[in-house]
Amino acid sequence: MTGSDQHILVIGAGQAGLQAAETLRSNGFEGRISLYGDEPYAPYHRPPLSKAWLTEKIDERQLTIRDISALERKGILLRTGSVIEAIDPHARSARVSDGSLVHWSGLVLATGATPRRLPGSESSKAVHVLRSRRDATEIAERLQHCAREGRPIIIIGGGFIGLEVAASARKLGLDVTIVEAASRLLERVLSSDLSQWYADLHRSRGTKLLIGAQVSNIEPVGPDQAIVHFADGRSVQAGLVLTGIGVIPNDGLARKAGIECDNGIVVDDCCRTSVPNIVAAGDCTVRRLPDGAKIRLESVQNAVEQGRSAALALLGKEKPFTETPWFWSDQYGIKLQIAGLSHGADTWVRRGESSESGFSIFHFKQDRLIAVDSVNAVKDHMLARRVIGTSAAPTIEQVQDARFDLFTLRSKSA
Amino acid sequence: MVAITYVEPSGSKVEINVKEGWNLMQAAVANGVEGIVAECGGSCVCATCHVYIDPERLAELPPPSEDELELLEDVKAERKPNSRLSCQVKANESLLGLIVTIPECQT
Ligand SMILES: Cc1cc2nc3c(=O)[nH]c(=O)nc-3n(C[C@H](O)[C@H](O)[C@H](O)COP(=O)(O)OP(=O)(O)OC[C@H]3O[C@@H](n4cnc5c(N)ncnc54)[C@H](O)[C@@H]3O)c2cc1C
Ligand code: FES
Repeated sequence: MTGSDQHILVIGAGQAGLQAAETLRSNGFEGRISLYGDEPYAPYHRPPLSKAWLTEKIDERQLTIRDISALERKGILLRTGSVIEAIDPHARSARVSDGSLVHWSGLVLATGATPRRLPGSESSKAVHVLRSRRDATEIAERLQHCAREGRPIIIIGGGFIGLEVAASARKLGLDVTIVEAASRLLERVLSSDLSQWYADLHRSRGTKLLIGAQVSNIEPVGPDQAIVHFADGRSVQAGLVLTGIGVIPNDGLARKAGIECDNGIVVDDCCRTSVPNIVAAGDCTVRRLPDGAKIRLESVQNAVEQGRSAALALLGKEKPFTETPWFWSDQYGIKLQIAGLSHGADTWVRRGESSESGFSIFHFKQDRLIAVDSVNAVKDHMLARRVIGTSAAPTIEQVQDARFDLFTLRSKSA
Repeated sequence: MVAITYVEPSGSKVEINVKEGWNLMQAAVANGVEGIVAECGGSCVCATCHVYIDPERLAELPPPSEDELELLEDVKAERKPNSRLSCQVKANESLLGLIVTIPECQT
């Protein structure tokens, strides 16, 4: 597909959609490229929304990844505030919220994900989820409001977003409680001792933790407060209740169009869907691995890599996403970086004392290094990203040996 | 506004008026300057916003943090004495007219 009569439509102007559009252009696609997004802004960085941005009140435009004019120069038409309501793979068309019909020769689905909500939480100013710039602006205002009025805040869900917002709120001196239904924080991503380390960190900074607590519902009270009711009959009132209990992939357009979905749009390692000329990338996808297992990643890196793969797949080039997955989180100025996926690990080894001055946990599965979690240990993380899955990866014995210099492995991996 | 000149990997020069308080990465990516990836959006974790600062003026910049120094060891293009991560350099009046050169590759 290189003819100038070709038109590729990208649905979703987030990290993945932007990457797909730009990759198409930089790889010689000469046809039209349209990037449709339902939010009123040009593509922006989401990670700062739960971190520094919440308390530092920086200029919203500093979050912008690419201005509309910069996209224009690349020949990418950005339509903000435009919802795609339906797609038709046979007619190769899409229906836009303004009633118009757009025809495409190739389609990229990059629709992201929507935060889960709890019953009763839809209509109150005091109850929020955090996904968009708008959410973050409202939450930042609520935090200021609660600080002024001396009202406590409750965060439901001890995942990354909840923990980051908790840390930001403590910075403003607020009374913060985190409610986690599982038996520990970050249960799905961290080993139990690192979960414990993070629980201790939050407690030491004055955040209260309710672990293993089941919320039954949230009840709005007056215009700007809410009560969280627990299954055991307790209840707590707050000026802000933030629910950070995971997301639901936006796969509705695809599902209605008959594209295979399974808690996300099912894609192969080159981001192809079950329908030719339709690819998908980012948080809206679930990737089928060669062994048939499916994984869902929600990260900037995944959005970027998949956006690239998806664009190339439409151009008939195979560029599987095979990099080591990585992720980061900032809490109280402490940097957690994760390389690889530790799920299924049978052995772990710690390097460094578990203190804020920096340490890493190396996860092994059948003697192979599969993941490294680093706390304030940037170098360990960068090394891990290079060596995981390669012959340069250290053995268990090497990691255990405090005198062995892991960084000598870098040259081996180069 | 602080006028900063970015030299793209192709050699093209782009002058941008960067708002004070914005970092050099933010202004570059928003304006579509070629060659800065900035995958982490300025969180100082990705090392894909590497630039070379005009050596004559390097000393005028606040020194890099330990995290930045460690990340600089992992940049893809050659690390030079004047290598910095553009997300860690904030624009202020004293940087007026600074020239930053973007390396061939970031990833
Ligand atoms: C607060 C927060 C903090 C985060 N922190 C980190 C972090 O530290 N590190 C990290 O790696 N990741 C982090 N993430 C995750 C990361 O931001 C996401 O994985 C990434 O943004 C996914 O990109 P995407 O393009 O797939 O989806 P999105 O960025 O969600 O983009 C999808 C876009 O499509 C739009 N859309 C959906 N349906 C339609 C339609 N029918 N028509 C038009 N437009 C539509 C959506 O509104 C949205 O704008 C964080 C996320 C949040 C919310
Ligand atoms: S943008 Fe990631 S380190 Fe600068």
